[in-house]
Amino acid sequence: MVIETEENRRDFLILATSAVGVAGTAGAAWPFIRSWSPSADVLAQATTEVNIGALAEGQMITIPWQGKPVFVLHRTPEQIEQAKDGDFEKLPDFAKDETRVQKKQYLVLLALCTHLGCVPQPIGTGDFGGFLCPCHGSHYDTSGRIRKGPAPANLAVPYYAFKDDQTLVIGKPV
Amino acid sequence: MSKLMEWVDARLPITEMIKSQATEYPTPKNLNYWWNFGSLALFMLIVMIATGLFLAMHYKPDAKHAFDIVEHIMRDVNYGWLLRYLHANGATFFFIIIYVHILRGMYYGSYRAPREILWWIGVIIFFMMMGTGFLGYVLPWGQMSYWGAAVITNLITAVPVVGDELVVWVWGGFSVGDATLNRFYVLHFLLPLVIFALVIVHMWALHAVHSNNPTGIDIVDEEKDTLPFHPYFTIKDLYGMGVLLIIYCWFVFYAPNAFLEPDNYIPANPMQTPPHIVPEWYFLPFYAILRSIDFLGSFSKLAGVIAMVGAICVLFVLPFLDRSPVRSFRYRPLSKSLFWIFVANCIMLGWIGYNPADATAFDGALPLIILGRTGTAIYFGYFAMLFVVTAFNIEKPLPLPKSL
Repeated sequence: MVIETEENRRDFLILATSAVGVAGTAGAAWPFIRSWSPSADVLAQATTEVNIGALAEGQMITIPWQGKPVFVLHRTPEQIEQAKDGDFEKLPDFAKDETRVQKKQYLVLLALCTHLGCVPQPIGTGDFGGFLCPCHGSHYDTSGRIRKGPAPANLAVPYYAFKDDQTLVIGKPV
Repeated sequence: MSKLMEWVDARLPITEMIKSQATEYPTPKNLNYWWNFGSLALFMLIVMIATGLFLAMHYKPDAKHAFDIVEHIMRDVNYGWLLRYLHANGATFFFIIIYVHILRGMYYGSYRAPREILWWIGVIIFFMMMGTGFLGYVLPWGQMSYWGAAVITNLITAVPVVGDELVVWVWGGFSVGDATLNRFYVLHFLLPLVIFALVIVHMWALHAVHSNNPTGIDIVDEEKDTLPFHPYFTIKDLYGMGVLLIIYCWFVFYAPNAFLEPDNYIPANPMQTPPHIVPEWYFLPFYAILRSIDFLGSFSKLAGVIAMVGAICVLFVLPFLDRSPVRSFRYRPLSKSLFWIFVANCIMLGWIGYNPADATAFDGALPLIILGRTGTAIYFGYFAMLFVVTAFNIEKPLPLPKSL
């Protein structure tokens, strides 16, 4: 004979045991999942200092920051003008040039195409006087904004600050 | 000896197992050479695991040493060059065999009831093979290794909301780096063992429902329609294996770099992307599908990834899309035409994937991206058309034979 209260008791016990089992497995999985996240020594490489004193007008350098390339371009007046022209175009990811630079002669960009992370080619290789990504043909202008091709967004501007007239610090200390 | 086997069989019925599942296993008598590719795939899996194990005894998954260690294997390790070339070219031949194996299943309707689960396990194995191939290609840590890994892992950023955090988690850093190489190596070691386990399940499912055959009709009389697997099909499989080994060894010994990219002999440089990134040839049609979706603005990236993954996932629903009363395309004229269009289209997509994104054909008259979009439409169109011509009885199948 089935006693109804016994049935309920058994259902409850099965449910409770399963819940503890699932929660316990999830909890035990957490350290394993977390072990894949960047380790402390990787996080410690947060900033990179760059000497920009010797950077001539029109010259561009590629700086490794957190294992990723950063373009620092000393823009010529023509390149600044070209960037301003873009302020009035209908752009896929609209941003005015002035919001993308701290000093208008220095353009600092995370040099990873927002499509699939290739490094675009140096200044002057793309249409609009800017950068061409060789992988899938995205064109960025002299402000690093996407103008043509599959990339969905502008080249990112990393956090940076001018320590003094000669020194640029890329990244934020953690 | 027979006393010993009796003792064993009383405890573990090995003799019975070998008899019923291998030597006397009833096999349709009309299997053609396209049915060789299953056993060939198993052979290649064993070759890959064997060569891989011995390569692993010399390799070091360290971003500082990985490139040099591969050269050390090539130059200093006894027969290291042979192990590596067998392994690298083995991937190519494994994929050729698997593609033929899949297309054979599609042509003769081997995915149809009651073989759906057998087919799904195969699709999962194919997925895992692609993952394993990609992970393995990263290990030599050349330019193509690095940038292939960068492009493919960046697909993760297309995941809405958590994409950016997810890719950092996969990398174990802020870009593809030492941590990434290490975990990719471990996964490249692990996945083939998972594949091996799945192959056993695949064969279990096969032996439960038995092999399809070129006519696609069921076995009526086991006595008349089947032959014991041994010696009739062991000898046929061995013959196919001989042909495979001749071609495979020719590449290993005379053109070992035919399928490899010269750029991968340049050490990985995170600061510079090679001018033209191409994946391994076996990913090219899917790469072309990924790139062909570029007209949806900021939604393009996600849509491209969905299309690429969908191109394989659509195989899961294939058993339900095909509504024809007949399995084999041998008796289905419309399906047969669609099938060959599909095959030609896959080859065209591969060629498009191999070319740079902004390439053109016919002296600039035809941008390849247009062809790529068309090819993507035809790829998915095959599955849609197969449903249409079978579900609405547009196709009139030819009369079937009474028996095999």
